[in-house]
Amino acid sequence: MTAHPLVVDFLIPVLKIAAVILYPLVMVIVMIWMERRVVALIQGRLGPNRVGFEGILQPAADAFKLFFKEDIIPRQADRFLFNLSPVLVLVSSLLAFCFIPLGESFRIKGYTLTLWVAESPVGLLLVLGLSSIGVFGIIFGGWASNSKYPLMGALRSVVQILSYEIPLGMTVLTVIFFSRSIDLVAIVNHQKDARIWFGFLLPVSFVVFWISGIAETNRAPFDLPEAESELVAGYHTEYSGMKFAFFYIAEYAHMVLVSSLVVILFFGGWLPPFPNVAALAFLHRIPGFLWYLAKIMFFLYLYVWIRATLPRYRFDALIKLAWKWLIPLSALNLVAVAVLRYVL
Amino acid sequence: MAFKTIDLNMGPQHPSTHGVLRLRLAVDNELVLRVEPVLGYLHRGMEKLWESQTYVQAVPLTDRLDYLASLSNNLAYILAVEKLMGLEVPKRAQYIRVILAELQRLASHLAWLGFMANDIGAMSVLLYGFEAREGVLDVFEAYSGGRLTVHGMRIGGVPFDLDERVIGLVRRALDEIPRKVADIEGLLSQNRIWLHRTEGIGVLSAADAVAYGVTGPALRASGVAWDIRRDVPYSSYGDFDFAVPVFGHGDVYDRYLVRVEEIRQSLRIAGQALENLPPGDFRARVPRVLKIPPGEIFHSIEAPKGELGFYIRSDGSDKPERVKMRSPSFLNLQALELMCKENLFSDVVGILGSLDVVLGEVDK
Repeated sequence: MTAHPLVVDFLIPVLKIAAVILYPLVMVIVMIWMERRVVALIQGRLGPNRVGFEGILQPAADAFKLFFKEDIIPRQADRFLFNLSPVLVLVSSLLAFCFIPLGESFRIKGYTLTLWVAESPVGLLLVLGLSSIGVFGIIFGGWASNSKYPLMGALRSVVQILSYEIPLGMTVLTVIFFSRSIDLVAIVNHQKDARIWFGFLLPVSFVVFWISGIAETNRAPFDLPEAESELVAGYHTEYSGMKFAFFYIAEYAHMVLVSSLVVILFFGGWLPPFPNVAALAFLHRIPGFLWYLAKIMFFLYLYVWIRATLPRYRFDALIKLAWKWLIPLSALNLVAVAVLRYVL
Repeated sequence: MAFKTIDLNMGPQHPSTHGVLRLRLAVDNELVLRVEPVLGYLHRGMEKLWESQTYVQAVPLTDRLDYLASLSNNLAYILAVEKLMGLEVPKRAQYIRVILAELQRLASHLAWLGFMANDIGAMSVLLYGFEAREGVLDVFEAYSGGRLTVHGMRIGGVPFDLDERVIGLVRRALDEIPRKVADIEGLLSQNRIWLHRTEGIGVLSAADAVAYGVTGPALRASGVAWDIRRDVPYSSYGDFDFAVPVFGHGDVYDRYLVRVEEIRQSLRIAGQALENLPPGDFRARVPRVLKIPPGEIFHSIEAPKGELGFYIRSDGSDKPERVKMRSPSFLNLQALELMCKENLFSDVVGILGSLDVVLGEVDK
């Protein structure tokens, strides 16, 4: 018995596309709420707790407010690029979610439902490429504002993101050495077959990837492009209303994306933990999607925790960290893993 | 790649210029070439205002100078007036003043610690500093009703005696603060990012510090052991046993260390004053209409930010003929360009923070 062709060819893809837009946005709302509450608790405050249950609707209320704010375009701004850049930033990070698998495919009535929109044999490459397009939005936004602080923020962000792409790329290669595929689903499946997560197999790769990931998303302690005590608000100083919200959502969506990548590449995606312990086999009954969400939430929490704890790097130290430590380290790691993989 | 030099306005609306300070910077990408403080955005004509107030009416004006340390301003002005009158203040009042002034120093330094850490990007420390400061503010609220602009001293003494409730609150604050400061130190003192952002940044040599008239923690961080409380004691400071922390590098980190150590010393002084509180009056007899014989006086104290002095000239009436303030923030700010030159843009924020300027006192 097969499903109706209308369902298979039309309804399911449309629903999936809707989900791909909604899923990151819901995660963004949860992340904004979690960040504000967790930072507040760390600082001995309460944080937003009025709108909805424990303030869960606060991000929605904020978005509502931003939606009705006046949209100001500075007179000297380059209008085309000024309007383009928030779209570019948001679309690039949302688009990347098309290639992020959310769980194992399963069969319903003879139809295999996959939990991803687009299956690509080069999914990892596409995700990295798309998330890098966001930097153009930041550059354009900073430049088109025709203002000094945004320009400085944009300059910082170019150097920062270009520097940290290199260790990021090199650590991803070490994962590929083991999985022999750059298909994200295949990478997770490889971890299932190997019965070990790559994060434990390649701890150096994980650490370098995570540090670079924080720098890529412009988050504390690497939040120099928008360091509020120095550059006011960095590249989006001149933006207001929904355009500002686009930058804001994109930043959080990017964090969700990096967390998803860390989980998929290094922590087995939707696989339950302890595959080798027979006594814990009941963990396999919990749907993979929940494991996946729990792991992503852990890394999002880590983002918040780091932000609440550490001071900000200075620009030269940030670049030094990338070029003097992370890039040599990841290069050595790459060679070591390559040799190891050849010997094994 | 050569960048054009950019003239950058930092402030008067900027998150980390601590109020309405405006800095005119010339930057070459991230490198700072020139720093010029532009003052006056908070100018209220304080010194002129003084001439139309009686000596007693003018005391609340001082609250609005350095609004993070209003009691220290009270003390500086009142001591100058009393010295001009030749008034002897009861010992108990002097001790209460010491307790209040040291608590005010704690509040000021704790707020500074929070602001400074926030400027460097450690956002949580801001709240921790303010939480610790809250205990001190509770004391002020119980004592005089005010929390920020506390009008807690009078010519001839203090307005109220310390009752049991206030003493209990003081003890609680003195007990709580060391633990909270230890938490903050744990987050910062050995933190690599913090060290990198503060060590060797904004160095001010001892000679330059003296030449520019820098006083207070910034002077002691440059290796000059000068503390008016110890060297020219006023208000019975000679009775107490305390150390004057001095560090030699003159960088932002040493200014941080000096202030953290001063928090400990202030706790000691306040504790000693509370233990040995002498009996007696808390207020001397002062005529209701205060007329001071002609003469002039300069008196300065060690305020949390540095040497705060008042010059008062009397023409025999109930109003001063001329008042001039030597406010520490104003003079410390003059050394900013010297410290910021050839540094990175991010460090301007840290160096400015480390000077602990309050614009109410700079612009007067």
